[in-house]
Amino acid sequence: MYDFPSSAELDALRLSLEVALRSVTLSLPFALLAAWLLTRVHFPGRTLFDAFVHLPVVLPPVAVGYTLLLLLGARAPLGIWLRSHFGIVLPFTTAGAALATAVMTFPLMVRAMRLSLEGVDRGLEDAARTLGASPLDRFVSVTLPLMLPGILAGAVTAFAAGLGEFGAVITFASNLPGVTRTLPLALYTAMQSPAGDALALRLALLSFALGLAGLLVAEVLVRRVRRYLGR
Amino acid sequence: MLHVAVSKRRPEFLLEASFTAPLPGVTALFGRSGSGKTTLINLISGLLAPDSGEVRVGEEVLTDTRRGIDIPVEQRRIGYVFQDARLFPHLSVAGNLRYGARRARAAAVLIGFEEVVALLGLGALLQRRPRELSGGERQRVSLGRALLSQPRLLLLDEPLASLDVARREEVLPYLVALRDRLSIPMVYVSHEFDEVLRLATHLVLLESGRVLAEGPVSEMSLRPELQAIIGPELVGAVLEGVVTRLDAQQRSAEVAVGTGTLQVSVRGVRVGARIRLQLLARDVILATQPVQGLSVRNALASTVVAIADDGFGAVLVRLDVGGAVVLARITQAALEALRLRPGDAVWTLVKAVSTRGHAYQLTPGG
Repeated sequence: MYDFPSSAELDALRLSLEVALRSVTLSLPFALLAAWLLTRVHFPGRTLFDAFVHLPVVLPPVAVGYTLLLLLGARAPLGIWLRSHFGIVLPFTTAGAALATAVMTFPLMVRAMRLSLEGVDRGLEDAARTLGASPLDRFVSVTLPLMLPGILAGAVTAFAAGLGEFGAVITFASNLPGVTRTLPLALYTAMQSPAGDALALRLALLSFALGLAGLLVAEVLVRRVRRYLGR
Repeated sequence: MLHVAVSKRRPEFLLEASFTAPLPGVTALFGRSGSGKTTLINLISGLLAPDSGEVRVGEEVLTDTRRGIDIPVEQRRIGYVFQDARLFPHLSVAGNLRYGARRARAAAVLIGFEEVVALLGLGALLQRRPRELSGGERQRVSLGRALLSQPRLLLLDEPLASLDVARREEVLPYLVALRDRLSIPMVYVSHEFDEVLRLATHLVLLESGRVLAEGPVSEMSLRPELQAIIGPELVGAVLEGVVTRLDAQQRSAEVAVGTGTLQVSVRGVRVGARIRLQLLARDVILATQPVQGLSVRNALASTVVAIADDGFGAVLVRLDVGGAVVLARITQAALEALRLRPGDAVWTLVKAVSTRGHAYQLTPGG
């Protein structure tokens, strides 16, 4: 009865990949900044900031999605401003699904980057200083390359986790076929429909395979980069 | 001239040091570990800021807390060779060498890439990664990297301390070559007197964050402050002289020191070379009468200048040997048996072989 793979599965897969990729791209620079602030800069309220960054880990994803809706919804001031000035509409769009995913996976990324930044020998940055490198130059030519394993690990893990984000996406971006119905949403929808068992199983297997592949790729990448860095 | 006068409170001690080093030349900061040597060069480099004080290289003020001047490290043009090399692990040897060079484009070129590679013997290492290098090779690359940043001053923080004795020889001759062929002034932190003897032109003695004494190495060798640091076995006058003659096998040389000559055991020098040697006080023998039938190669007419307790249970006799000062370490009993007093004429006996390993070329001869 089904031709495999069905267009529903392909749509869900394509959407999941797109949402995950966009969410990683969106959060990467901010995660790097947050990791830097939390590792290298002493400022009042750092502990609070740290807790805030990690909030999505402990909050119900639905609560995160709902908060986003409150902040960026069609009638929220920020949402109105974004639409009227930039034409950006987030609720019920693929971009919105990516944003919700980015918020949810942000702590994962920050965590990986922070660990790698803490592992960077400050002495090497001092050496770069004595060789004439300005702060930005040192960051780009020494710190960033040495952080690369952590950045890659963070990005790939966040990507793999982003493929499966459910609660925040369905709350903020709804469950629109071809727009925001990613793999887990399609899986959920299939489970809800009387004839959807076979599709649900295939979607579950697909999610499983993707997740595993993501984690394996992360591991291999990190090892390669470490070897390249001579560690 | 490098002028440093700084104070800095550290958890372990208060550093309050000032010295003035002639440039060019190699200034050794010498003292026990924990005496504040590394803190002091970090203050010169700018990696540490003093609580108060100033650092000047020539006419240029790098730090002056009273006038609020603190030139950033990256603009000081001061090279730094760290004890642990600190090569960038993600770059090849060539990449490490070029790191500083690329960022020194505006500076006058003192030394080029090929010259550094040749001078430090790095040709075969260029494509390697730091982790594939031996400790000595790492330090040579680190030295090359610092040189190529075209520094006006080079700081070296015990660059040999993490190397075993054999590996030290992979680096020390290159440092000597650097001193002799380039005019880049160096500040060299060490707690090995042998390195000082071989490299330094000016010596600053540090103890508990304070400068005990400073001056030319030969002058410092006579100071009790240095003797207290290096211990009785290494106490001995440092003399400088010119090689006037070599024996047929070139194993020993005659060196003009003061108005006399000294037979010393030294290799690899030429006539006309200026050498520095240390006569260990424990190896110097005194005689009140001319001696005969002894194997000792040097019997020098000399005068007792002063006699002092050496602080280690023996007596240190200071002698004038034709204008040069020599120290002899003898027992209290020997002093009493010879009845030595200042002004007495004695024969100072020095075995030529006792200078082996303590004589180094300062400038090559013709």
